[in-house]
Amino acid sequence: MIFFYKLRIIQLEIDAEIGEAVLEKKRDFTLAGVRSQRIKEFLIERFFFVNGLLATLILLGIFSLLFAKGYPALRELGWKSFLFSAHWNPTSYEIPRYGILSLINSTLMVTLGALAFAVPLGVACAAFISEAAPPRIREILKPAVEVLAAIPSVVIGFLGIVLVNPVISTVFGISHGLNALNGSILLAVMALPTIISLSEDALKAVPKTYKEASYALGANRWQTIVRVSIPSALSGIIASIMLGMGRAIGETMTVLMATGNARALTFNFLDPIQTMTATIAIELGEVPYNTTHYYALFIIGFVLFLMTFLVNLVSDIILQKYQEVDR
Amino acid sequence: MSNPLKIQVRHLNFFYGEIQALKDINLEIRANHVTALIGPSGCGKTTFLRCLNRLNDIVEGARMEGEILLDGTNICGDNIDPVQVRRNVGMVFQKSNPFPKTIFDNVAYGLRINGNYSRRKIEEMVEKSLRDAALWDEVADRLQDSAMELSGGQQQRLCIARALAVKPEVLLMDEPASALDPIATQKIEELIRELKTKYTIVIVTHNMQQAARVSDYTAFFYLGELIEVDRTEKIFTHPGLKRTEDYITGRFG
Repeated sequence: MIFFYKLRIIQLEIDAEIGEAVLEKKRDFTLAGVRSQRIKEFLIERFFFVNGLLATLILLGIFSLLFAKGYPALRELGWKSFLFSAHWNPTSYEIPRYGILSLINSTLMVTLGALAFAVPLGVACAAFISEAAPPRIREILKPAVEVLAAIPSVVIGFLGIVLVNPVISTVFGISHGLNALNGSILLAVMALPTIISLSEDALKAVPKTYKEASYALGANRWQTIVRVSIPSALSGIIASIMLGMGRAIGETMTVLMATGNARALTFNFLDPIQTMTATIAIELGEVPYNTTHYYALFIIGFVLFLMTFLVNLVSDIILQKYQEVDR
Repeated sequence: MSNPLKIQVRHLNFFYGEIQALKDINLEIRANHVTALIGPSGCGKTTFLRCLNRLNDIVEGARMEGEILLDGTNICGDNIDPVQVRRNVGMVFQKSNPFPKTIFDNVAYGLRINGNYSRRKIEEMVEKSLRDAALWDEVADRLQDSAMELSGGQQQRLCIARALAVKPEVLLMDEPASALDPIATQKIEELIRELKTKYTIVIVTHNMQQAARVSDYTAFFYLGELIEVDRTEKIFTHPGLKRTEDYITGRFG
């Protein structure tokens, strides 16, 4: 008994010593230690702040550069005639025309056309990978989709000329297949990887308990995917579509090679068209410096930038909402 | 003991890949009674429960041997469509899992996928199911609100209503009250006692008192084996085996 009592006293003494040591250390912290820590933290914070700022500055820089470079054209022609006139013929000998409506229309046509192909296909493929595919097939499909994203756009454009072009001309009985439909198909192929992999992530994030509840109520796999998984993942799927759309709007080389490049205002997918991106790519290399035509091309770039910026902004907002719900 | 047998399980073995989770289970479940499955975590009681509605089919690498007779029909056969089984054997999960839809749509889900009911009929059945689940009075005026806005206990009763809507014969409950406070738990237990007049109920629980309160029969699982099954009073007062007694009295588990 006495032994235990002594042991207890020793223990208390040790405890007291440790306590004092801790206290002393703490006192040390409040003086010199904390200051160096503070400075270090301050510097690290600033470093990240500057990096973040840099990205924003570059964005603003591009934005203002495009606008400043293009402003003379806007001042000379007026933004109304620029946006709402459909004739783009800046190299005409009589009256050069700078209406970009047909170009905007062409860009929207191939983009929406691409989505018409890519959305059902992409969402279905994502649903298959995440819900139905046996593990071995999933292991093959996922990397395959990712490799699809790595194909250079010029190669896709090449395929459009040698592969899609003859098929379209045979199927529809027209002289050649370089038109909006061709561009739509190719852009769909390019938007697919984005849509598939992000939709699949969204579908995978749907809690397993939802699917189990659905199965337990006697739903089959198809009903569970269509009525539970896809609605639950909808905001993520929409965001993936918007990102795919952003890619399609900005794509240049593919549409330049495959759409025939005719600057007509048309709503027929079998007509050749020329998108905003293709116009810039074709003409900027040959245009005389500091002419109205030169400035006008910058305004096209500016409008294009606004469009992609809007699409990305909307997809960001949707994604944010999605994360809030998911939390 | 004269009650008709709703479910007869014969020589049921269950595997997750190489691991055998259930070993030669033989169990009879009586109609319109509550059968509680008790046992320590990982003893296979939830796995067993999920065999009864073939929900383990959606788990990769799962394999089942033996027979489960539902009203005399073997539901384990390859020729049996698990979807049909699940329409007769409903399930309520441990964590309430309403769909991120409205209260009405949650209950209507099973009806909409299972047949062409008229709108009127669906409304009728939704109301009836919500009444049966003792939730109607609390949600009657906000059926179009999201189910996610309900409290935990209400969500669980909504899940019960959702399961009842498709008119199952058997209701499986996997620790339905484990995430709920005592008052919500009491409501669920009262509900179980009411529901057993219409349904055959199998409930997994970790809570000995709950098993004693709500069940008529109790089955004790341990390490994938069914150790003992008997009337609940008997299991809790005069268990036949030492291991059962040790578990019930909290000596291990």
